[in-house]
Amino acid sequence: MRFSLANLIRQSFAGHQGWPAQWRDAAPKPAYDAVIVGAGGHGLATAYYMAAEHGLRNIAVVEKGWLGGGNTGRNTTIIRSNYLWEESEALYNHALTLWQDMSQVLNYNVMYSPRGCMMLAHNIHDVQVFKRHVHANRLAGIDNEWLSPDEAKAFCPILNTSEHIRYPILGATLQRRGGVARHDAVAWGYARAASALGVDIVQNCEVKGITRDASGAVSGLDTTRGPIATKRVGVVAAGNTSHVMAMAGVRLPLESYPLQALVSEPVKPMMPCVVMSNTIHAYMSQSDKGELVIGAGTDAYVSYSQTGGLHIATHTLDAICELFPMVRRLRMLRSWGGIVDVTPDRSPIIGKTPVPGLFVNCGWGTGGFKATPGSGNVFAHTVATGEPHRINAPFTLDRFRTGRLIDEAAAAAVAH
Amino acid sequence: MTGEHRLARGGRVDRARPLRFTFDGHAYEGCQGDTLASALLANGVHLVGRSFKYHRPRGFLAAGAEEPNALCTVARDRARTEPNLRMTQVELYEGLVASSQNSWPARGFDLGAVNDLLSPLLGAGFYYKTFMGPRFVKGTTLWAKLFEPVIRRAAGLGVPPKEADPDHYANRFAHCDVLVVGGGAAGLAAALAAARAGARTILCDEGAEMGGALLCEPDATVDGMPAAAWVAATLAELARRGATLLPRTQGFGYYNHNFVALAQRLTDHLPHVPAGAPRERLWQVRAKRVVLATGAAERPLVFPDNDRPGVMLADAARAYLQRYGVKPGTQALVVTAHDAAYRTALALARAGVKIARIVDTRPRPAGPGLEAARAAGLPVTVGGTVVGTTGSLRVSGAMVAQASGTGATDFETVPCDLLLMSGGFTPAVHLFSQSRGKLRFDAETQRYLPGDPAQAQASVGACAGSWGLAAALDEGSAAGAAAAGSGAGRSHAVTGDHAGEGGGILGALPHGRDPARVKAFVDFQNDVTAKDIKLAVREGFRSIEHVKRYTTTGMATDQGKTSNMNSLAIAAGALGRTLPEVGLTTFRQPYTPVTFGTFAGAARDDLFDPVRRTPIHDLAAAQGARFEDVGQWKRAWYFPEAGEDLHAAVAREVRATRAVAGIFDASTLGKIEVVGPDAAEFLNRLYTNAWTKLAPGRCRYGLMLDEPGFVMDDGVVGRLGPDRFHVTTTTGGAPRVLNHMEDYLQTEFPELKVWLTSVTEQWAVIAVQGPRARDIVAPLVEGIDLSAQAFPHMAIREGRICGVPTRLFRVSFTGELGFEVNVPADYAAAVWQALWERTAALGGTAYGTEAMHVMRAEKGYVIVGQETDGTTTPDDLGLGGMVAMSKPDFVGKRSLARPDLVAPGRKQLVGLAIEGRTVLEEGAQITPTADPPVGTHAIGHVTSAYWSPTAGTPIALALVENGRARTGETVFVPMPGGAIAARVVGPVFHDPEGKRLNG
Amino acid sequence: MLLIPCPFCGPRPELEFRNAGHAHVTRNPAVDDPAWAETLFFRDNPKGIMAERWRHVSGCGRFFNVLRDTVSDAILASYKAGEPRPDVPLPGPEGEAPRIGAGDEVAP
Repeated sequence: MRFSLANLIRQSFAGHQGWPAQWRDAAPKPAYDAVIVGAGGHGLATAYYMAAEHGLRNIAVVEKGWLGGGNTGRNTTIIRSNYLWEESEALYNHALTLWQDMSQVLNYNVMYSPRGCMMLAHNIHDVQVFKRHVHANRLAGIDNEWLSPDEAKAFCPILNTSEHIRYPILGATLQRRGGVARHDAVAWGYARAASALGVDIVQNCEVKGITRDASGAVSGLDTTRGPIATKRVGVVAAGNTSHVMAMAGVRLPLESYPLQALVSEPVKPMMPCVVMSNTIHAYMSQSDKGELVIGAGTDAYVSYSQTGGLHIATHTLDAICELFPMVRRLRMLRSWGGIVDVTPDRSPIIGKTPVPGLFVNCGWGTGGFKATPGSGNVFAHTVATGEPHRINAPFTLDRFRTGRLIDEAAAAAVAH
Repeated sequence: MTGEHRLARGGRVDRARPLRFTFDGHAYEGCQGDTLASALLANGVHLVGRSFKYHRPRGFLAAGAEEPNALCTVARDRARTEPNLRMTQVELYEGLVASSQNSWPARGFDLGAVNDLLSPLLGAGFYYKTFMGPRFVKGTTLWAKLFEPVIRRAAGLGVPPKEADPDHYANRFAHCDVLVVGGGAAGLAAALAAARAGARTILCDEGAEMGGALLCEPDATVDGMPAAAWVAATLAELARRGATLLPRTQGFGYYNHNFVALAQRLTDHLPHVPAGAPRERLWQVRAKRVVLATGAAERPLVFPDNDRPGVMLADAARAYLQRYGVKPGTQALVVTAHDAAYRTALALARAGVKIARIVDTRPRPAGPGLEAARAAGLPVTVGGTVVGTTGSLRVSGAMVAQASGTGATDFETVPCDLLLMSGGFTPAVHLFSQSRGKLRFDAETQRYLPGDPAQAQASVGACAGSWGLAAALDEGSAAGAAAAGSGAGRSHAVTGDHAGEGGGILGALPHGRDPARVKAFVDFQNDVTAKDIKLAVREGFRSIEHVKRYTTTGMATDQGKTSNMNSLAIAAGALGRTLPEVGLTTFRQPYTPVTFGTFAGAARDDLFDPVRRTPIHDLAAAQGARFEDVGQWKRAWYFPEAGEDLHAAVAREVRATRAVAGIFDASTLGKIEVVGPDAAEFLNRLYTNAWTKLAPGRCRYGLMLDEPGFVMDDGVVGRLGPDRFHVTTTTGGAPRVLNHMEDYLQTEFPELKVWLTSVTEQWAVIAVQGPRARDIVAPLVEGIDLSAQAFPHMAIREGRICGVPTRLFRVSFTGELGFEVNVPADYAAAVWQALWERTAALGGTAYGTEAMHVMRAEKGYVIVGQETDGTTTPDDLGLGGMVAMSKPDFVGKRSLARPDLVAPGRKQLVGLAIEGRTVLEEGAQITPTADPPVGTHAIGHVTSAYWSPTAGTPIALALVENGRARTGETVFVPMPGGAIAARVVGPVFHDPEGKRLNG
Repeated sequence: MLLIPCPFCGPRPELEFRNAGHAHVTRNPAVDDPAWAETLFFRDNPKGIMAERWRHVSGCGRFFNVLRDTVSDAILASYKAGEPRPDVPLPGPEGEAPRIGAGDEVAP
């Protein structure tokens, strides 16, 4: 049944008894044309686009827990595309384009809210780096503008633009199309749309092995719900990617770190946009429910525990209270952790692996949510056709051999 | 009298100390020891707010931290205003001003209540199904511009403060042998046993008063003392034994390796806050052993309209009666699945509250409670249920039916103004679960209980599933003694215990009414009903995490303390699965919300991050310097004279330096002394350059790569002796470079005999640059021949200046004759003063970082982090000659041979010459054509751009693909107002032969 | 916050340390490009027991190695740089992590 106001009204007279399950709770079939490992946003989007754009219907997404339960449901939902390098610009802007009408395409209100994403500069080096982004983005047709401190204050009135704080705000970039979306709805929307196209979404199905034929190519998966034969496997397992890929003997340039986030108690609207400060580590927006959604940093060590240290969250709240001094009396309601897989150049790996039939989409680090539709779209192309899409072609595993890194973080390196 | 519903005696409030307060502008009186909740109940106020979504009238459900309904805003002044406080935990003080939330114009008449009429539309997840706009309006416009703003305004609870919080917050790290969380019977006994065994003990409790349930036990005795007296005696002994007692302190987070976070409230309960007193304190406790004695919370029963004001948890009513001396109603109906509610009914009856009915939902209850109730003549219905309530702003009746009946028609409405319910008790396993202990489901009692601890920790009392005072005391004592490593605990003599009580139910009561038309609330604050949970299950949400996220059950500010188990049971019932099969949502920090201020503590203003100032800072400030932040350092940026802006000042500073001389505070440069017989070999391996042949007394510009082969740092290195080097680094890179050096020295080249010492703070550095530099320095220096022959460019000498030791470098970052005077930091101000007086007398200047940047750019000198971006090789910078590829190995050497690092077409450093007077913008992109269409590949970017006072033109440095081969070509810098043409030139704009620095 | 047993100073809070990544990565520049990429970037990233490097940067300044279970974050051993990775009991048959000790339970 379509989601619409008319159907909602109709169902409200029928006690909402008529809504079907949003996706089939599929049991695994013995064989599929392709299997995606990991039912997070990226994995579900991959399956959806494989079905919708490449006509592959005999495919499955297997998930060890419940769909959308990893970083998709644990992130601070920031969406933007004002990256520096041309490769990144193309990838993230592809995603941003798909965000625009995702609710209508999926018939699921994912609440994409282009309320503006502001990034603060606190020193002259920040100013230089951010202006470099603005210039690069303008050439690429990506909206990103430079704001003076007063303009930043006008756009986000609760911002402390005093010259007397420890690291005064010297300016900001603003991407107006940047914003937030409802993270769970993204996973659910792709799951519902994919399921409707025939994709099997198999939850509580953990991959325990990747089987290969005599030529070394992928022949199937061993799972906790039995073996599945397939010649094409796309692994989209975020923090667990190294663990899954090791089953096929593939080592990756990845390390998995805990990343924490937290929300305040809900309050009436006080914050109109997203504000990010990479320099003092503060990331904040306000959800439609009224909670301040705050991103903290990663812990310094590899961990799969989905919990991090108190000092990480504390450090972030130091910065939040500095930038928004009226929030000191608000309270942390809930904090949590995810496991992020980080590559040496902080850019993802999307493409083929040394094992024929095995594809990987990983290394999104702390910033994968914003890329969900674009990542799924180009990875679907890669798995379906066996060759990378033009946009993900540079994001190879091989770049770590050649040295052709796409290093977004190094470009912001501070030294004088 | 402090409220008409206050009992004449009993409880722990001080009726002799009345306190006046206001709620929604009405004046009331309570007394010392009240919470805002108990004081309002004493005044007969039950309606205290509206629910989140449907704006239903709500009253007090609980008496403690688990309260979902009764939220208020307390304001001391405009800045000190705090929304969303649970009235059950707000301690009353004289003059307290509180207001209700989420209603307009008043909580008694709230226009938002129209949502209750629209509620058939507004079920779980309705917003995912609509607001996407008609299909002909593409994109997100309607949602973002129309629907979302309306939803945002309607959502949210209290109004946030609008001004900066003026209060202070404190932080303390603590270590102990035994940390006990929870100061009820079990926790007190545990702390006492630990302290008696000599353990360093910390005991914390969320309440204003320690004692927990013992404070509501007027009839019980412990060790021959009334319960409250035993509490007092125990606390006295703990204090005597040196235990740290922390009331008003919530253990909210259990982290790795027995690290527990506590939030202590220090002043919120005071009518007048002492000036400068911290408001709250974060305790970060590392404990050898932790004892959790966090109790249990009563569950509501889920039946239609179970949310009216006057519907309350049974144990909460007993707390209001016995701890606060308040009658929460005049005519009570009790509906229960647990024996404990009988105790409440009997206590209320003794206090003169009419018990209209006790409805026990169990078919065959038994036990002393039931017998006592019958003996007292209280009417009991066994196997009954409540299928609804009447009333609007206060409950007026309960619809009582037989649980086996059809319900909908076959009920009797029993008048009451207080409806008490008990669904049993949920152990507070939050901290145990945070400690990563696995919970186990006890099928018999239908409870999740702590399994094996994952850390050095024990759970005791009600949070471990035990019931009754004696059990709690004895378990606590045993755990406290064991934690202190001193064997067994002791047993306690208890009278008036309630050890035999039991019972409980999970999920919704049967009601037989049309489920589409009734609301049986599960999560009161988020307005989640049983039918919402069933809808979620019907729509395919099968994991409890999915149900939680789709319905928002358990996600309100109480984090589901009263609702989670009922939601779980309803979901399990709808799925036809057991509770463990459906899963359990994760318990997250914090247990109850903690202010951001508490986390941030003292980290504000200058304490937000340490400020590093050079020894010359104050003199530079006195000379009018403006400063910039570079990492934690404050660096003098420029020295404006009257009426000068940045550009005017910099132009003057550059001209004066090149014409006469300038002095510059370079103290922030990182300095590392590399000492030892293998020091030269060590530098050979850490820098691209060759060091072996560098003679003592000479300097060399060093280039450091990271292992992937990209430029990481640079700086001048001086050789003081065969085994001693003075290494300088960039300002921001100093700690990173030292760590990098230590890493290789300790783990890759441990055979090298080298010692590394950071001397950044020991040596201040004053650069004296310009044609008159020697004239300025010479009269102040002793023991060094400054002549060009004796002390050439790139040399280092040790001697004295102004009578203090110096390491004098003959180096230049300006292209002029230059010296860098290193002096011990304590003498730097005096030396600066002496140098400045001579400089000023000659007509020279002090200059800042901006002029330094301009002058080095005029000379084409790179700045790591500006000309480089972590993807830049030495050859890209034109510094290939600095790389001694003949050395067998150095860090980064192997990587320089990787395919992309030797590929043609890499970006190379060039200069850009611009016609006209427009200074390019740093970061601007470079294209081969003047009017590049969107999506054009940039062949490079501008790394540095200044107005050159020396050349009288704009200059720029840029990284351009194949840049060196493009020399003479015209490239374009596209800007919003059109492209700027630039000619590719060499990167050196001033004195390319280097005559001036050799002067 | 972890409690990290420095082999030189004893257990200290994580705030005193800086993590330095995987331990026992052998640096041998005399290899081909794929092998060198392995050295530079490719890591086991184990879900389970991991040998990692820490530096006691606000203490003795020494680099050393720690065996830690990346699932439970329990620290099983610490040892000096250059020493071989010690044998420690593997997690139990159910994959349960070993108990996380307090200050007196970790190996010094």
